Amino acid sequence: MSATFVGMPAFPKAAREALSDTQLRRNLAHATGTIRAKRAAVVGEVDDWEELRLAGAAIKDNVLRHLDEHLLRLEKSLTDRGATVHWARDAAEACEIVASIARQHAVDEVVKVKSMATQEIGLNEALAAQGITAWETDLAELIVQLGDDLPSHILVPAIHRNRAEIREIFRSRMAAAGRPAPDDLSDRPAELAGAARLHLREKFLRARMAVSGANFAVAESGTLVVVESEGNGRMCLTLPEVLVSVVGIEKIVPTWSDLDVFLQLLPRSSTGERMNPYTSTWSGSTEGQEAHVVLLDNGRTRALADEVGRQALRCIRCSACLNVCPVYERTGGHAYGSVYPGPIGAILNPLLRGTGVDEQTDSLPYASSLCGACFDACPVRIDIPEVLVHLRAKVVDAHRSSPKAEAVAMKSASWVLADARRLNWAERGMGLAGRVLNRVGRKVMPGGRRALGRLPWPGSLWSNARDVPAPPVESFRSWWRREGRR
Amino acid sequence: MKVAVQVTCINDTMFPDTGKAVFTLLRRLGVEADFPAAQTCCAQPMVNTGYLDEAVPVVRNFVDAFAGYDAIVTPSGSCAGSARHQHSIVARRSGDARLREAVARTSPKVYELTEFLVDVLGVTDVGAYFPHRVTYHPTCHSLRMLGVGDRPLRLLREVRGLDLVELPAATECCGFGGTFAVKNAETSTAMGADKARHVLEAGAEVLVAGDNSCLLHIGGLLSRQRTGVRVMHLAEVLAGTEDAA
Repeated sequence: MSATFVGMPAFPKAAREALSDTQLRRNLAHATGTIRAKRAAVVGEVDDWEELRLAGAAIKDNVLRHLDEHLLRLEKSLTDRGATVHWARDAAEACEIVASIARQHAVDEVVKVKSMATQEIGLNEALAAQGITAWETDLAELIVQLGDDLPSHILVPAIHRNRAEIREIFRSRMAAAGRPAPDDLSDRPAELAGAARLHLREKFLRARMAVSGANFAVAESGTLVVVESEGNGRMCLTLPEVLVSVVGIEKIVPTWSDLDVFLQLLPRSSTGERMNPYTSTWSGSTEGQEAHVVLLDNGRTRALADEVGRQALRCIRCSACLNVCPVYERTGGHAYGSVYPGPIGAILNPLLRGTGVDEQTDSLPYASSLCGACFDACPVRIDIPEVLVHLRAKVVDAHRSSPKAEAVAMKSASWVLADARRLNWAERGMGLAGRVLNRVGRKVMPGGRRALGRLPWPGSLWSNARDVPAPPVESFRSWWRREGRR
Repeated sequence: MKVAVQVTCINDTMFPDTGKAVFTLLRRLGVEADFPAAQTCCAQPMVNTGYLDEAVPVVRNFVDAFAGYDAIVTPSGSCAGSARHQHSIVARRSGDARLREAVARTSPKVYELTEFLVDVLGVTDVGAYFPHRVTYHPTCHSLRMLGVGDRPLRLLREVRGLDLVELPAATECCGFGGTFAVKNAETSTAMGADKARHVLEAGAEVLVAGDNSCLLHIGGLLSRQRTGVRVMHLAEVLAGTEDAA
């Protein structure tokens, strides 16, 4: 159970493989279609949704503007209430902190609340390297973990799997991880959930240490908040003797009244519910339990330093942008090569890792048609298309010293388009070609216009699937000079 | 009011009939508009691909070509969106104060065609005739970046003889996305194939939209698949009359 995203190909190649997987395409279209409709319905019920979005964005912007002060306040509130606060600059530091706490308590297994931060730092793999087994207890994470698979969605990591596939994973893999699946397990959702419940109960009752993330951290009271649907999180948070929470430094809300805004925005945006079934809050340590909080940077201060990109740190990981994204719907999450897929992943990964460093990360800002559906759906108004274009510019600038064919094409286009006389000459050339092609072009498109044949590379990238009309014999500007003015 | 038409580079070079239709339509409505011959492109291809330095001279040409007009009308939601939302980014990057001022003066005067017809001229019945079964695709930048809303549909509903049928999943992107269409060709095609399927489900003879770039993509797929459905720019539908037919 150690699948990782390391070494994933750049987006276009990974997407090409996903597009040919018909089962995946069906599963995704069905799941995103369903959740999209649910979200639209419950968001539609809220009269002041736009004001809520603005409030959510404003609270987060304010936190980010004074992040240092809020973090120190959070640290003090947590410490005052008996928690131990650790600071981690990167994934390796964070994993080592968690592992050392486990070693101190001579623990060789931990139960986990679903958490993006711990996935981001590869905690399970790091713990496994030290002989400590981490058990995922969220149903979808369990499916991914048992299947040696990778998550493909922020909220529903096994969204790419259907019921029959899940039944097969449970039957073939559960026994090796603990209590086996019942012999007569069918693919009915209630039976699948029942098998997972029995399998997990054993682990909840046995584990002495739990690891969680946090959806929010309230600075004024040192309160961590976990929002979930299944109740497994509450089992992990309350039963074990040691609780370690890995929290991204951007998760802060200053006060409880600020939290109110997000508890309205999050469930409607993520699961399409008015309210999530379980909201757990805890402030510091409670009797009989030792509490640790690891405050994680791992690229967040790099993102914060980016004037346009920092708005991505408002993200509350609801995944509304994934569910409305037409690119995500067709390629699925694995193509993005990260635990953060979809539109938010396309901006968050380059912001956290930096641009111009590796090809896979640099491909992500281009994994979008810029249709803008993600911006409309985002509960904290992250202008994802704006950040995508901004990051594309950073990718281009990072490679300016070694220009490729595309850069030469763009420079030439810029030269032609900077002056109408140059464009006019280019169009005359096209007009001549058009005259010839309109005679010899065999295919006639609907409406009567002649089509070109298949083009050589790079035109083939267009013409492999689409007919291209032959250029007109006369450009508009040429017509205008002749008779447009009258 | 001094009105200019930004024909757009793709219309100028590939779809001159759309430019002609805009002038026919505006003249019929009593607007004598100019075609400033110095115009070329809005610079969107460079901006959206990340080549901001290369966009600077193109934006400079845009603001120079359209200086002195009260309204700049363009038959493209995408190019209007580019002028209104991206030119300021390019100007800021250039560090040229004169360019920043020129953009601040010019950008707010840019109207997508249906905005100009409905909001400025105050008309929805443009006296058009087009006796065909039509479905309408709201292109993403018109729909979301500009928020043109139902203006195109209000115009189409007033066209004599036109049978407007609903397009399933109309607001979903067709997958064109500028250089996305070649950088992620397979994904773009998969999105376009679904759009083409919805057009066929709508049972229309003609697919109409306000951006020829999106129509080049969808129309290319519809033609390759031998569906017999043609694509047409909204301006050409609105320019049609009984005399011309």
